[in-house]
Amino acid sequence: MKIVVLMKQVPDTWGERKLDLSTGWADRSGDNVIDEINERALEVALTIADADKSSEVVVVTMAPGDVSESLKKALAMGCASAVHIVDDQLAGADVALTAAALAAAVRELGADLVVAGNESTDGRGGVVPAMIAEHLGLPHLGQLGQIEVTGSTVSGVRQLDEGTQRVHAELPSVISVNESNPDARFPSFKGIMGAKKKPVETRTLADLGVNAPGAKTTVASTVARPPRSAGTKVVDDGTAATQLADFLVSSRLV
Amino acid sequence: MSNVLAFVELTAAGTPAGTTPSLLAAATKIGTPVAVIVVAPGAAGNLPTTLGELGAAHVVVAESADASAVLVAPAVAALEAAIAELNPSVVLLANTADGREIAGRLAVRKGSSVLVDAVDIAAKGSDIVTTHSVFGGSYTTESSTTGGLVIATVRQGSPEGRTPTAKPGVTTVSVDVSGTRAGVIDSVEVQSSESSRPDLRAAERVVSGGRGLGSEEKFVLVEQLADTLGAAVGASRAAVDAGFIGQTHQVGQTGVTVSPQLYVALGISGAIQHRAGMQTAGTIVAINKDADAPIFDVADFGVVGDVFTVVPALIAELEARR
Repeated sequence: MKIVVLMKQVPDTWGERKLDLSTGWADRSGDNVIDEINERALEVALTIADADKSSEVVVVTMAPGDVSESLKKALAMGCASAVHIVDDQLAGADVALTAAALAAAVRELGADLVVAGNESTDGRGGVVPAMIAEHLGLPHLGQLGQIEVTGSTVSGVRQLDEGTQRVHAELPSVISVNESNPDARFPSFKGIMGAKKKPVETRTLADLGVNAPGAKTTVASTVARPPRSAGTKVVDDGTAATQLADFLVSSRLV
Repeated sequence: MSNVLAFVELTAAGTPAGTTPSLLAAATKIGTPVAVIVVAPGAAGNLPTTLGELGAAHVVVAESADASAVLVAPAVAALEAAIAELNPSVVLLANTADGREIAGRLAVRKGSSVLVDAVDIAAKGSDIVTTHSVFGGSYTTESSTTGGLVIATVRQGSPEGRTPTAKPGVTTVSVDVSGTRAGVIDSVEVQSSESSRPDLRAAERVVSGGRGLGSEEKFVLVEQLADTLGAAVGASRAAVDAGFIGQTHQVGQTGVTVSPQLYVALGISGAIQHRAGMQTAGTIVAINKDADAPIFDVADFGVVGDVFTVVPALIAELEARR
């Protein structure tokens, strides 16, 4: 079985994240890391592959510039190879162009199972996996946890606002994983050494035969919120609760 | 005015989901609001009347034998049928798990894109412009779609306002997804809300606890203050990772973003991770024993003290003043 994991490199959520005020695009000049939900996606794929030694996991990413550290980590964890989609025309790509490019890469690889994160921490759109599934004419199980592959079926539990759904789909299929899935494994020393020899291919939109969709979304304006300033701060001397209650009452918050 | 389709999700009980009022309000701002629902054949009942009361001027009832058995595909087919019937300028969906998937698939079929998680929508000239709150409210952006059908998902709770219709027109269409490769729903489990507390996303008041609570048992203190204030219960990532409370309560970059009138942070240091999920709250109150905790940089009222001393005293004070 061939499993493709979609991996996005994002600005580290533990640092301050910024938008470029002229374009409205995320500022990617700071620390970039594998999005945490994609680490869970990698773990889900590698766990499935562990149970079926004939399986192969390929990591696919689309990003400007250097993603070698992130790809090296994915390869060290156990992926067999990597594909990096990079093209100047992808600058500021919306969800439609992103999905078209990723779908073309998956089509070229011929995946039995595509594993994505449910949403990235920077864009938080959560629409790309379903769009890729639509491009490929495949089922998509979104927001999935408790994931199992049995024979030619993938199943799991979708976490929704109202409750949960137990769902399944026939392979080939796309799934997007939720936060309930396990943390990523640590690469072994052997994995780290082996990663250096694993193939990383780059693809442009022309290589993939992607034509930009007719419609696109663009950011017209971007405004930064003024930072909050600190207000009253008291050290509890036994009266803090009373002072806080006074504050809440005078502010009409209770 | 042109038609604006609003895809209304139904609960397991068959009633319009909580996202419906804001969805119809958003549609009303930019055109004639048309609700689209998917039901089993003959199962629409009085849903059109209910949707009229919620603000729909017209209702498209799509009947599918697979309405509750197949994921997303019946909804996409329903919207395609409604688009063919009513030629809308805009299609709106709730920014839920299902809403986003339906929007994404519809966009690919229609050669368009998706404006995701709009907090507001307006017609500016011939353009539909959506407003988005990015990085936990650190930025506000405006976006639009060029070159295709406008498809947008709308954040729950925004915007508000509606115009009830006594007798909305009804169009019934039949959709068949038997030829579509799709996920299958085997069973559904509705989460029984164990308390009468408000929903975290929509709550006017939120009380959250962090690592400073120390244990799952002691986290009860957060719930006690929440109940005194009529608030929803939230948590920092540290508290969730430590197992004090479930992940659905996590406020922050990798959890829920909240924007209540009052946010009370108990034993939360206030890493950027957490602040990104609550910094647009009207008023922020923090209680933490570490005077240097970054949460105090954004707090309107901060107490440097022990939550286990201050919070019980605060509950007693508030109870005494009722």
